[in-house]
Amino acid sequence: MSFFGITAATLAKDVRLEWRSKDAINAMLFFSLLVVVIFSFSFDPTAEESRRIAGGLVWVAFLFAAIVALNQTWARELRNQVLDAYRVSPAPANPLFLAKAIGNFIFVSILEALMTPLFIAFYKLRALGPAWELLPIAVLGTWALVVNGTFFAAISLRTRAREIMLPLLLFPISVPALISMVNATTGVLTGEESVRFWFALLGAYDVVFTIACLLLFETVLEAE
Amino acid sequence: MKRGFPILAIVTGLLLSFALYEALMVAPTEKTMGDVQRIFYYHVPSAWTAFLLFLINFAASLIYLVRRGSKADIVALVSAEVGVVFCTVVLVTGPIWARPVWGIWWTWDLRLTLTLVLWLIYVSYLVLRRFSTSSQTPLLAAVLAVFGALDVPLVYFSIWYFRTQHPSPVIGGGGSLDPRMAHVLLINWAAFLCLAALICWVRYLLEIAKREVEEAQSLESLLEGSQ
Repeated sequence: MSFFGITAATLAKDVRLEWRSKDAINAMLFFSLLVVVIFSFSFDPTAEESRRIAGGLVWVAFLFAAIVALNQTWARELRNQVLDAYRVSPAPANPLFLAKAIGNFIFVSILEALMTPLFIAFYKLRALGPAWELLPIAVLGTWALVVNGTFFAAISLRTRAREIMLPLLLFPISVPALISMVNATTGVLTGEESVRFWFALLGAYDVVFTIACLLLFETVLEAE
Repeated sequence: MKRGFPILAIVTGLLLSFALYEALMVAPTEKTMGDVQRIFYYHVPSAWTAFLLFLINFAASLIYLVRRGSKADIVALVSAEVGVVFCTVVLVTGPIWARPVWGIWWTWDLRLTLTLVLWLIYVSYLVLRRFSTSSQTPLLAAVLAVFGALDVPLVYFSIWYFRTQHPSPVIGGGGSLDPRMAHVLLINWAAFLCLAALICWVRYLLEIAKREVEEAQSLESLLEGSQ
């Protein structure tokens, strides 16, 4: 099987599993709904204020919710020793990683598509800058969270307290990505500053860590 | 090797006392800040030492990924641990100085934030090592160390975009530092480097002893099981 054949097969399997069980997506949706509601109880912002803080709120909610999906990525493969089977199979490691990352990207994107209207309604948001720019920000930002998240989920598989380990590893490394996403989103919402710098930084983050993940994933997968 | 250790210990002790005397008595009092500025002689050398140790951690992790030798792993572990200690000293002494001089304990300026994020990354590195159940802990830790190091320039640029409030670098930054102060600073840095080397040395020997004991114990339980 070719590289992309394996990627497509694994991705199709993961999407089908998720479609039938809806474990991750339901948990994520309800979790981020709770975050939105609790945030709106904690602050009672005016439209002007909420424009300034919404970028941060949105991404924090998505980041926390994404952890749910990311934790499931590999834990699912531990049952029935699927991961061991993969390890002894002649298939290379990178297509597996890529499929998992793309799968998580799809799940988190669906979450974002469903939650964004709710955010807009609850916080009375209206972008003063060019609103279409939010789309590439969301794509680059989601990939930034998901690519490292998928990788660190594979590392945290080999630890005690697996579920709590992932955010402990992921959050410090994700600081530059978070700063960029939040500032870019706030920049578009308030329409005050150019977001070009944050685009470049997010792009650089994505490229650097995608390459690093692909280079090192085989090492991590074989470590047992 | 064995004789080197007490010699280094004595040199470190002498150098630290001399540096303390220089910092408190010899160095001229700063004109606007007063005596509070003397914390600078501990703050800056600690920061340089911590960054150097993190660099050593990165190099050792890379060497481990290529060669898989246990010595490189121990060096990586030790340098991260001692680096986190020195980084903590930086993060504690900074606010003590900032409160009277800037009037605030903390600000999200470039170097403060970078140091804090570095500290977070290396604490998470140590947490991973502590919580790992795999026999491949060194490998996973080395991978994380590489990710952490790759992150540093990105963190730098992301925070650089904000206004910076920290006094500009004294060395190579165009700032003017009284030569007597620079002299005291370098003596202090030498003393701190010796101290860091000494602690790393002890920790290195301790880790080797610990691994030998663990190996002996697992061998013993294996033998008992086979009887």
